Amino acid sequence: MPTQDEIFKVVQETLEEALGVDDDEVTMDATLQGDLGAESIDFLDILFRLEKGFDIKIPRGELFPENLASADSSFVQDGKVTESGIAQLREKMPHADVDKLAEDPAVENIADLFTVRMMVNFLDQKLNG
Amino acid sequence: MRWFWIDRFIEFESGSFAKAVKNVSLSEEHMHDHFPGFSVMPGSLMIEGMAQTGGILLGEKNDFKYAVILAKVPKMTFLSWATPGDSLVYTARLLDARDEGGTVECTAHVGDRLVAEGEIVFAHLDPSDPTLGAIDQKNFVFSMNLLGILEVGKAGDGAEKL
Repeated sequence: MPTQDEIFKVVQETLEEALGVDDDEVTMDATLQGDLGAESIDFLDILFRLEKGFDIKIPRGELFPENLASADSSFVQDGKVTESGIAQLREKMPHADVDKLAEDPAVENIADLFTVRMMVNFLDQKLNG
Repeated sequence: MRWFWIDRFIEFESGSFAKAVKNVSLSEEHMHDHFPGFSVMPGSLMIEGMAQTGGILLGEKNDFKYAVILAKVPKMTFLSWATPGDSLVYTARLLDARDEGGTVECTAHVGDRLVAEGEIVFAHLDPSDPTLGAIDQKNFVFSMNLLGILEVGKAGDGAEKL
């Protein structure tokens, strides 16, 4: 049963390997895309390394939900995520800080949900139940 | 010239690993630019050779139902040169294979000497995916041409059996 610190260490190593960043850049509040420069192909790489690092399976779309804002028109309106969109996010990403997004629900801020803390929370849930 | 950066598979264990040979030749056009007076096999083309070895390994695991694209090279280190007359052996080992793509760990050797080692990540595209239309299918990894590599050497050596 790994502690949050142990989980963070593995996540830190994973991101250093996958994104080529230094360990001091990987803080709990660092955003994957904004701060660490991750791109869509990196998510696949990160997922594979996490599965290997923790010896678990992470079903597609569980950690990094896909197509969040694309298909559903009730999700976004006038460049802002709608109430229904926020609710969907809370459901799909219970490990993310959706409250923070709700304070400033601009579409561009969705990417900021993907932080190191979000990954640690997700893994903590997955490993420790 | 054709975009084949491996000449023949010498070992192929489906879903596990593959070894392919690339013979470095002085007659190859790029060897005279890289570099004038000092021919060495470019690292980028060794990566392409390793990607072809690994890409075919990954593709074969899924019966070539997806188009396999080189997506990311997370790490690649070059430790020595390959020069004209060298036979490069690329070894690709499948680390991960899933619907979205896969990862191989690969090395390049000349004899026992390690030339390069690293990892390559591939992404799968469904052939019916509209974004595929933008790719020139003639040069594409799984056009009939590159898949022909799997057949090289299978017809034997033509020597008279006594």
